[in-house]
Amino acid sequence: MLTSPVPLLALKGISKAFPNVRALNDISLEVHSGEVLALLGENGAGKSTLLKILNGDYQADSGEIIFEGKALKFASPNDAHRAGVRVIYQEPEILPAQTVAENLYINELPRRFGRFVDWNKLYQNAEEQLARIGFEREISPRAEAWTLSAAQRQLIEILRAIKSGVKVLALDEPTSSLSDEEATRLFAIIERLKAQGVGLIYVSHRLREILGLADRVAILRDGQHVATKPARDTNETEIMSLMVGRPLSNLFNRKPHAQEAVVLRVRGLTAPRIHDISFEVRRGEVVGFAGLIGAGRTDLARALFGAVPIQSGTIEVDGKLVTIRKPRDAMRAGIGYTPEERKAEALFRVLSVRENASVAMLRELSTLRFVNRRKEHALAENVVRTLNVKTPNIAQEIGKLSGGNQQKVVLGRWLARSPKLLILDEPTRGIDVGAKAEIYQLIDNLAERGYGVIFISSELAEVLGVSDRILVMQAGRIAGELAREDATEEKLLNLAMSDHLTDRATPQLTDGVLF
Amino acid sequence: MAQASANDPRAASIAGEREARGQSITRRIGAQNLGLVIALVVIVVLIGSQKGEIFFTSRNLLNIGAAVALIGVVSIAQTMVMLSGGLDVSIASTVGLTSVAVAMSLRDMNNPVIALLVGLLVGSILGFINGALITWGKLNPVIATLGTLSVYRGIGFVITNGQAIGVTNNDFNAIASKVFEIPIPLLILIVMSAIFIVFLRYTDIGRNIYALGGNSVAARLAGINLNRYRLFLYTLSGLIAGVGAIILTARAQSGQPASGSQGLEFQSITAAVLGGTALSGGKGTIVGTLLGVLIIGTLNNGMILVGVQTFWQEVARGLLLVVATLIQIWQMREKA
Repeated sequence: MLTSPVPLLALKGISKAFPNVRALNDISLEVHSGEVLALLGENGAGKSTLLKILNGDYQADSGEIIFEGKALKFASPNDAHRAGVRVIYQEPEILPAQTVAENLYINELPRRFGRFVDWNKLYQNAEEQLARIGFEREISPRAEAWTLSAAQRQLIEILRAIKSGVKVLALDEPTSSLSDEEATRLFAIIERLKAQGVGLIYVSHRLREILGLADRVAILRDGQHVATKPARDTNETEIMSLMVGRPLSNLFNRKPHAQEAVVLRVRGLTAPRIHDISFEVRRGEVVGFAGLIGAGRTDLARALFGAVPIQSGTIEVDGKLVTIRKPRDAMRAGIGYTPEERKAEALFRVLSVRENASVAMLRELSTLRFVNRRKEHALAENVVRTLNVKTPNIAQEIGKLSGGNQQKVVLGRWLARSPKLLILDEPTRGIDVGAKAEIYQLIDNLAERGYGVIFISSELAEVLGVSDRILVMQAGRIAGELAREDATEEKLLNLAMSDHLTDRATPQLTDGVLF
Repeated sequence: MAQASANDPRAASIAGEREARGQSITRRIGAQNLGLVIALVVIVVLIGSQKGEIFFTSRNLLNIGAAVALIGVVSIAQTMVMLSGGLDVSIASTVGLTSVAVAMSLRDMNNPVIALLVGLLVGSILGFINGALITWGKLNPVIATLGTLSVYRGIGFVITNGQAIGVTNNDFNAIASKVFEIPIPLLILIVMSAIFIVFLRYTDIGRNIYALGGNSVAARLAGINLNRYRLFLYTLSGLIAGVGAIILTARAQSGQPASGSQGLEFQSITAAVLGGTALSGGKGTIVGTLLGVLIIGTLNNGMILVGVQTFWQEVARGLLLVVATLIQIWQMREKA
């Protein structure tokens, strides 16, 4: 480790309160040059607030930031950037209609003849920057930013930071929207930055990747700094129990519940970006869908739910052939779907918990089109109670709940319909460990009660831990199947990437696979 | 230390409950509506202090009521379209062209019942055209209705040669008269408000309109048929504009292609925004919009009484829309 005795950045006694909430309480942390400090904690533990203070978005109520030995005040993100501190948030701030080069040089476009943009120089500079991190072949400086993958967009943000001579770089859940393969590429860049003496702060929910990447691990809980440990002296279980403040016996508590009866039978299903898909889900069975991002798992889910048109193939639910042209058809057939992008595709953020829970049942709760309010309240109360949703009441705006609680309400929306089959697309993305554990438990309970479950996830450990059987997709087709007993990460990855195996060190930019 | 922090979340959640309970009390009165009532009182006091002797006469107040009726009816339609995330800029032209159609039917058939049906039907058709352009043509609502704003108005002028068509049927014109000293148009507004308040709040269709405006993708994935709802809402908007056209025609005792309806799109959007309807949809109430309508009606009346020049009235109306939108943006920011 390259850590020098004097920290590059030291936070001393940082506190920050919001009305009714003490977000941070006396936090002291150090980041050394050339190290990765992982920042861990459940949602609401204070990680985001801390990053916002570091970026100058918020100002601490007390405490100080000491950067290179000097106490500094970051009154705005500009101050922080000028000092060499950058925070890259989860959703990269990218102008979609502009080119990569323009995004890299926002507000500092090279000019000539007064205010005319020197386009040649701009593209040349951008190309050099991309070459510095070895991405000149994958990303063209002339590409418009919307054509980039999530990972590539993140890269542009990181490049923007590196370019301006960043000394401390904080990454907020950078891998949450990346496939494992993309994440690996990101880690290589982080290693390079480390070698150049940059101090990195890394926020993530993926414990395994953190243990492989970080030098030290700092854990926050309820706005307090609970512990900092060298990564090599700790493990996932210890970190999780520190995060939730109690021992975590077993995250994946699965028993086999699969029955004989087949609840879903799909034959030769072809739809946009998926080809000739055939599989079955039995009652009480959890079928995992693994694959790289863009492999077609979400496309399959959307086709089954009637969100995109089906071109050919048949779908049977409980042995009966069903025609699915729109979501309502799928719902009538007994299918529920929680989409991958919770905020964009499932939540009504300005509406209440009650309205979010009941939206898919309003017709059934109505007589002569008038919604029965008593039944609706009962439905929402039931969702909150059975799924342990932490909300002051059902009138609460759902946007104010944590990601985990929002997800539980979305799950409850479908459970209220007592479907035969639930399609869960990345149900644990961006939610904290505690809520994840509850969702895993819920999936097991649902299987026990005879629901068929399709479980789509990009987290290998999760797919392996939750599924009774795993189907691996690649380029819109099912590449293979693994039984729970003999599924391993290696086998799964082999199936997911079999096309790329020959060239694994430098994967190609092929359709859907993003790096 | 560890003990204390273990207790913290519980303390926080109790505080959260208390806060939410406090919220629900203000929500029942309506924080936004309370602000509007205060604004209205301030405006009334200001006008009253200048021209109280005229303003507070029952005749003037009923005048405001009659004037407000047309804006109010149209604003109900606008609010519902906006709640779904759309906008109906053509609504004033729809009123104008429908008014012409109503007057023509009276001229040719002289039957008030048929005239009413013509008003509702023509309005619905014009609204349906908007809906079709937006749902099937996939046009942006502002562009689609901006286009038909001009088209409908143009057709109105072409048919009438720019002239009003006089209506002499007294049974029909009685729609603009009074019962028990209350203008009938005001009663129509009150009845329609009641209907659509109930519709939005208590029926699944009304509730789905909020969902559609809150997040159209999520609404679709919750089984709501977006096309059907959009088509329905624009047609409904046209139908309600037809009611507005009937009121206008009876009051003017003539079919008016533009005069009397021009600017209704503007005033209805202002009323809805003032009343707290989110421009992005998903949020707002009819009650809020009605308070917005009252503010606009009172201001219009007051400016005339106080003797504000016509051109300056235009400036004031524009400023009102800008300020109302600014207030809404500030409120959103406070929340985030």
